[in-house]
Amino acid sequence: MTAAPASTADATAPLTRQRSSLYAGNTGAVIRRGLLATRSTNYLVVLSGFFEPVFYLLSLGVGFGALVGTVQTSTGTEVSYAAFIAPALLAVSAMNGAVYDSTWNVFFKLNFSKLYQGMLTTSLGPLDVALGEILLALLRGAMYAIGFMVIMQVFGLNLAWTALLAFPAVLLIAFGFASLGMAITSYMKTFQQIEWVTFIMLPMFLFSATFYPITVYPEPIQWMIQALPLWHGVELVRGLTTGALSGMMLVHVGYYLVMIAIGIVFTTNRLRVLFLK
Amino acid sequence: MTSLDTAHAADREDARRALAGGTAPRRWGAWYIAEHRIRSMKGYAGDAIFQSLGNPLIYLFALGVGLASLVPQGVDGVGYLQFVAPALMATAAMTVAANETTYPVMMGFKWNPIFFGMNAAPITGGQIVGGLMIHIALRTLVTVAIYFGVIALFGAVPEPTAWLAIGAATLTGMAIGVVLATYTSTIEEDRGQMAMLQRFGITPLFLFSGTFFPLEQLPGYLQPIGWASPLWHGTELGRVLTYGADEPLWLTATHVGYLTTLIVVGLWATRRRFTRRLDK
Amino acid sequence: MPQPVIAARQLTKTYGDFTAVAGIDFEVAPGESFGLLGPNGAGKSTTMRMVGAVSTRTSGELSILGLDPDDHGPDIRSQLGVVPQQDNLDQELRVRDNLLVYGRYFGLSRGVVAERADALLEFAQLADRAKAKVDDLSGGMKRRLTIARALINEPRILLLDEPTTGLDPQARHILWDRLFRLKEQGTTLVLTTHYMDEAEQLCDRLVVVDKGRIMAEGSPAALIREHSSREVLEVRFGSDRNAEAAGRIADIGDRLEVLPDRILVYSDDGESALETIAHRGLEPLTSLVRRSSLEDVFLRLTGRSLIE
Repeated sequence: MTAAPASTADATAPLTRQRSSLYAGNTGAVIRRGLLATRSTNYLVVLSGFFEPVFYLLSLGVGFGALVGTVQTSTGTEVSYAAFIAPALLAVSAMNGAVYDSTWNVFFKLNFSKLYQGMLTTSLGPLDVALGEILLALLRGAMYAIGFMVIMQVFGLNLAWTALLAFPAVLLIAFGFASLGMAITSYMKTFQQIEWVTFIMLPMFLFSATFYPITVYPEPIQWMIQALPLWHGVELVRGLTTGALSGMMLVHVGYYLVMIAIGIVFTTNRLRVLFLK
Repeated sequence: MTSLDTAHAADREDARRALAGGTAPRRWGAWYIAEHRIRSMKGYAGDAIFQSLGNPLIYLFALGVGLASLVPQGVDGVGYLQFVAPALMATAAMTVAANETTYPVMMGFKWNPIFFGMNAAPITGGQIVGGLMIHIALRTLVTVAIYFGVIALFGAVPEPTAWLAIGAATLTGMAIGVVLATYTSTIEEDRGQMAMLQRFGITPLFLFSGTFFPLEQLPGYLQPIGWASPLWHGTELGRVLTYGADEPLWLTATHVGYLTTLIVVGLWATRRRFTRRLDK
Repeated sequence: MPQPVIAARQLTKTYGDFTAVAGIDFEVAPGESFGLLGPNGAGKSTTMRMVGAVSTRTSGELSILGLDPDDHGPDIRSQLGVVPQQDNLDQELRVRDNLLVYGRYFGLSRGVVAERADALLEFAQLADRAKAKVDDLSGGMKRRLTIARALINEPRILLLDEPTTGLDPQARHILWDRLFRLKEQGTTLVLTTHYMDEAEQLCDRLVVVDKGRIMAEGSPAALIREHSSREVLEVRFGSDRNAEAAGRIADIGDRLEVLPDRILVYSDDGESALETIAHRGLEPLTSLVRRSSLEDVFLRLTGRSLIE
C-alpha cells in the first residue's frame, strides 16, 4: 500500500498525498537496518578502508615528497608536497567510499537481494530508502574522514584553523557522489556496467589535481578536468586545509549542491518507476 | 579374504586401456587447463583488451606527464617517465596475476567448483595449478608486452636490452600470483579476505616498492617492505634492463633469484594445497 | 566369469574421529548396473569419490579396472565418467564449450571432441541449446549436460551420485530414460540414490548402506523377497489411536511397523489382513494395499526411513 498514514493524509490535498507516498519521514528505519547489517559483516573490512589514504600519504607524501619539496597550489601558496596531496586524498577517500557504497552495494541490493522491494512494500517511500542509503554511506565516509584528519594533524598537514571546515566539506563531497552514484546505479543492468564506473574513476582520480597541479596540461584538458566533480572536491578541501580561501570555493560548494539535487531527483523517480508501478 | 591382485594388472585388457588412456593427460594435463582458461576469456576479451590498452595510457599520462612535472631534475639520473615505466609494467603484471589468483581460485573451489570437475577427469591438482599459472603467464606476457609497446612510443626505453623487461615483469607477476594462490586456495568461506588482501597486500606493495620513487626515499622503517616485495625486485630488475640503472651485479642476481625462489616455493605449496583440498 | 571392473575389500574412509565408510566389500561386473541405496550421510558419496579415484582411502583394498587408485588415479579416471551430486559445469562457458573443454582433459583431439560433443548434445536432448549459457538451463537440463560431459571420453564405467535429486518428476523420467539407454548399450553404471523407485528402475543389483556399512546385497526383487513380505497393508487410525490399534493387530501378518502417522502390516495377502482388522471391529481412517518395495527392506534392516 502506498497510502500515507491517516493522520497526515488529507483526501482534499492530493499534492500532500503525492509527496507522502514518496516520503514517509522514516529514513531512520532504513539506516537502522543498514547498521544492523554492517554489524553482522566483517567490521575489519569496513575499518580497513581507513588505511588506504594513509598508505598513499606515507608513500607519496613522504617518499615522493622528498624528491619534490614544495608545490604551488592553485591560489599561489607554496606548501609541502604532503600538505598538497593530503587534502586531495581526503576528498578521494570520500569519493571512493561513497561511490563504492552507492554503486556495488546498492546494485547488489537492487538486483540480487531484492531488499528495496521488501522495504517499499512497507509504509516506507522510495525517498526514505534513497536518503537512508545515502546517509549510511555518509556515516562511513565521516568515520574515515575524522580518522584521516587526525592523521593529518599529527603530521602537521592542517595548515590553518579552516581545516576544521574540511570535515563538513568532505561530507558534502560524499553526499554528492553517493546520490549521483545511486542514481546511475538504478539505471544499470549488469555487473559489467558497474565495472565501467570503476574504470572511469581511475583517470578522474589521477588527473583531478590530486597529485600535481593541473596546469601541466593544455587548457582544453584543464577545462575537461574542471567539469568533473572530483576536481571541485579536491580544490575545496585543499583551500580549507591550507587556509588559502577564495571565492571559487563557493562555486565548488554550489557544484555539489546541484549534484546532490540531481542525484536525489533521479534516484527517487527511478525507484518509483521500478517498484511502485 | 583374498587380496586384490593389482600387481598383475597389465595382464588385463581394461587395465592396459586405462594405462594408455592416462598417458596423454599425465603429460599434457596442465596445458589442457590453460586451454580451458583461455577459452573462458571469450566472455570478457573485449573488456580485457580495452583495459590493458587503456590503463597504460592513463598511468603514463598521469605519471609521465603529471608527476614528472614535479621532478624536472629526473630521478636516478634519468627522466621521471623512464624511471617509472618499468615499475608500471611490473605493477600491471601484478594486477593481472592478482585478478586471476584471488576470486577465480575461490570460485573454482566453491562458487562454481570446476576444479573438482577437472580432477574427476584425469587431471591432477598439481596440473590444475600448472594450468592456471601457464594461463597467467601468457596473459601477463601479453598485457606487459602491450604496455612495453606504449612505453616505447613515449620513448622511455633507451637500452637495447629493454625488451627483456617484459620477461622481468612477467616473472614478477608469476611470483606474486603463486604466493597469492597459496593463500587463496585455503579460503573456505568468503568473509572479506579478498578485500583485505587488496587493502593490506596489493595496495601497500604498489605504494612501498620503490614504484614512484627510489626506495631509499622512504623512512628506514618502511624500507623492509620493499626488500621483501617481489614488486620491488621486479621493478629494479626492469630498471637495470630498460635504462641500465646502476646497481651491483649481486643485487641484480638477487632480484632474479628472489623472484625465481618465490615461484618455485609458491608453486610447490599451491600444488600441495590444491591436491589436499581436492582429495576429500 | 569375467573379472570385476570394481572390487573393494574392507574399504574404509575416516575423517578424524568420524568414520564415513566402515570397511565395505563389493564387486561390480562389467556391463552391470550397480546401486548404493541409503539415506543421506550413509557414506555413499564418499564411496563414490574413492571409486572415482579422487579420494584416497584410509584402509582396505580397492581395484578399479584391475588398477590401484593410489598409484593410477589419472589412468583410472581416463576410463570413468563422473556425474557428481553437485553440478560443476563451467558457468563461464556455453553449453557446447563445456563438452569441448572437458573432452580435451582426456587428451582427445579437438576434431574427435567436436564430433562427440554434437552426438552427445543430441543424446542429451540439448542440441538446440548448444550455444546457451549454462546458467539459463533448467535443473534437469544441467544434469543431462553433466551426463553428456561424463560420456565425452566413452567411459567404461559411469559413476552417478544422486543423479535425480532435486529434479521434478518429469525431468527424472527423461533422465532415467537416457540412463536406461546407456545400460542397454552395455555401459557399466554405478549409482547412489536414496530413492527406492530409482534403485528399482535402474539397478540390476544393489547394496543397502547405512552408517558406512553394507546392510544387505542383491537384486531389488531378491532383496524384497528376502527381507519383506509380498504385500504391505498401510492403515491409519489417526495420530493418537495408532499406538493402541497397533497393540490389537500385532498378530496379523508376518510383521508390523508402527510409524508416527501410520501402521505397516507386512503380509503376503494384504486384502485378507485388512478384512481381519475389520472383523476385530477396528475401522482405519484410510487403508492401502501395495507391493513391498525397497523402502520396506530398508525399514526392516535399519528401523528407519530412507528419506527422513
